[in-house]
Amino acid sequence: MQKVTAKTLSGKAASLLNAGEVKYVLGWKKGEFDYDITPALFESAEELEKDFVWNDFSCANLSKYLIKYTRSLSGKILVFLKPCDTFSFNQLLTEHRIDRQKVYAVGVPCSGMADEKKIRENADGITAISETEEGYLVHTLYSDAPAFISKEEALLEKCLSCKGWAHIALDEQIEGEVFAPSADRFDQVKALENMTPDERYHFWQNELSRCIRCNACRDVCPACTCEKCVFDNPNSGVENKAAANSFEEKMFHIIRAFHVAGRCTDCGECSRVCPQKIPLHLLNRKFINDIDSFYGEYQAGLDEGSRAPLVDYDTGDLEPSQVFDWRDGQNA
Amino acid sequence: MRKLSLENLNLAFASIAAKYPLYLPQDNSAGDAEYKKWEQGAKWSDKTNTVKSPKDFFFPQTEDLMAFQVSGKSIDIIDTRKESEDFVVFGVRACDVKSFEVLDNVFLTEPADSYYASRREHGIIVSVACTRPLETCFCKAFSIDPSEPAGDVSCYKTDDSLYLSANTEKGEALLAVISEYTEEADDAAVSKQKESINKIMDRLPLASLTPASFGGGKTKEFFDAPEWKSLSEACLGCGTCTFVCPTCQCYDIKDFKTGSGVIRYRCWDSCMYSEFTKMSAGQPRTSQLERFRQRFMHKLVYYPENNNGLFSCVGCGRCLSRCPIHMNIVKVMKALGGKKDE
Repeated sequence: MQKVTAKTLSGKAASLLNAGEVKYVLGWKKGEFDYDITPALFESAEELEKDFVWNDFSCANLSKYLIKYTRSLSGKILVFLKPCDTFSFNQLLTEHRIDRQKVYAVGVPCSGMADEKKIRENADGITAISETEEGYLVHTLYSDAPAFISKEEALLEKCLSCKGWAHIALDEQIEGEVFAPSADRFDQVKALENMTPDERYHFWQNELSRCIRCNACRDVCPACTCEKCVFDNPNSGVENKAAANSFEEKMFHIIRAFHVAGRCTDCGECSRVCPQKIPLHLLNRKFINDIDSFYGEYQAGLDEGSRAPLVDYDTGDLEPSQVFDWRDGQNA
Repeated sequence: MRKLSLENLNLAFASIAAKYPLYLPQDNSAGDAEYKKWEQGAKWSDKTNTVKSPKDFFFPQTEDLMAFQVSGKSIDIIDTRKESEDFVVFGVRACDVKSFEVLDNVFLTEPADSYYASRREHGIIVSVACTRPLETCFCKAFSIDPSEPAGDVSCYKTDDSLYLSANTEKGEALLAVISEYTEEADDAAVSKQKESINKIMDRLPLASLTPASFGGGKTKEFFDAPEWKSLSEACLGCGTCTFVCPTCQCYDIKDFKTGSGVIRYRCWDSCMYSEFTKMSAGQPRTSQLERFRQRFMHKLVYYPENNNGLFSCVGCGRCLSRCPIHMNIVKVMKALGGKKDE
């Protein structure tokens, strides 16, 4: 359950709309059920009143939509950003993908989001989900009493290692307590590194074999902002429509991970939207972990305009041969 | 009606698998169901539906159509098709069975698609009634009854038994394979189950959804509707809805250069993709709004117009479950066609 209420947010947005400070509000719109929320643009206080929603299913990171909207709309856009979303926003500013002048960024303290898939996995025919302090009461067609799932059990993967410690590049910050995380986000990366090459191969083989090449991971990714993706280009020879073999399938994800390395803020949207629940964020975290080890800790999106280690050079940088020594040292 | 004790289910599967490749929904490591080939020890998933639909069996995501081998100044055209063999797809839901009819209208209308036709001919479909429809289910809107699944054999699974009845000759032949494990039974248990399914269907959140305001001849009415803008606004342009959909049938045909020749293959395409139906003259739908609209107009207007009023949605709910931004045909139908309720 979110500590800040939807009313606080929609009230703030409505007053800025009415005062003419902003022309549009980018937020979350309620759906058919309690969990199927859609990112949406609101243009009036009435629309906000009717459909705006802010709850544990307002997971979507809205920053990438600002690329499109700051180009197509004239007038200021208020955007609600959770702490983790602000890193993506800031990274997009660093990459000059968003017209900052057109944005009014409002930071929302987040109490942690729920993974709809985790809840639905064990509940058929959900008629309602009520949020409580401790978790969720899931009402279904098949049981008179609601089933309880705790906040921890239902927590979205990305929230396990929340980036609520910083809330950046904002015009305004809504007051409130932020969810405090405890998990080490590199635990799973280390577990993968400790596998034998065969074990690791089988792990990824199993995960990536489910890929249906829908491109949702790429399309939602705030770091994937090429005007024309190489996988969408019929002249590139690597167009996305079909993989010639399973190796090529893996290549898509590996190439994508390489391409966003150093720019990925670890927002977790790729894994959240994957229809096949492939833990794609682990590929990115491997890169983040390596960059941290090679060049010192680095968080993409933390500073606007700073030069990321992979696009910067100084004489103290690791030589390629040292990378191999480092890796062998790790394995020894 | 034949009755199979669930204790003998695996023996029956083994008998079928000894004769035909048998595909069955099984839980994967992500906790979802997917069709996998039956092997000893395989467990039939309890999930109401699979992530990907069974359309793959007849219209696979990718398939080679032919190859061209170049030697000197001559080009040989090679038929890359492998001999088809009979196969069994077990545990297909009523909505997915209906989706085959939607695909048949496309692929079996003259000139018939011989690749698809061959697989349809060899496929034996065993359907199963839905005892736990999900909140995302709305097959009833398209006149599909999940308690009366079609297919070559229809099944009803109770706590202790599986009731089977053959609907076709292929189905009779399949039941003969497992006859040693089945016995004649009356339909009392099945009637009871049908009754309980129908009661649940009436209580589903989407029970009152209807496509009545859509159909052939409605192009003008809906094409320029202002609602498309807000409906398509958040669409990422990914292919999830089209790839999990049992009735989406668009494909692309492309050539793959092998070095010494060419393999011509077919693969699923998605109207959500920016390069969809791109021609030498250019791209007919340049905005995501147009691409988004195409998908729903096709299902709710164009397809019924060309197929005697049959809609090309079966209400399986996969797009409701899997769309990254939770936009789907139900929201489209309510926004565009739900005006009568007001």
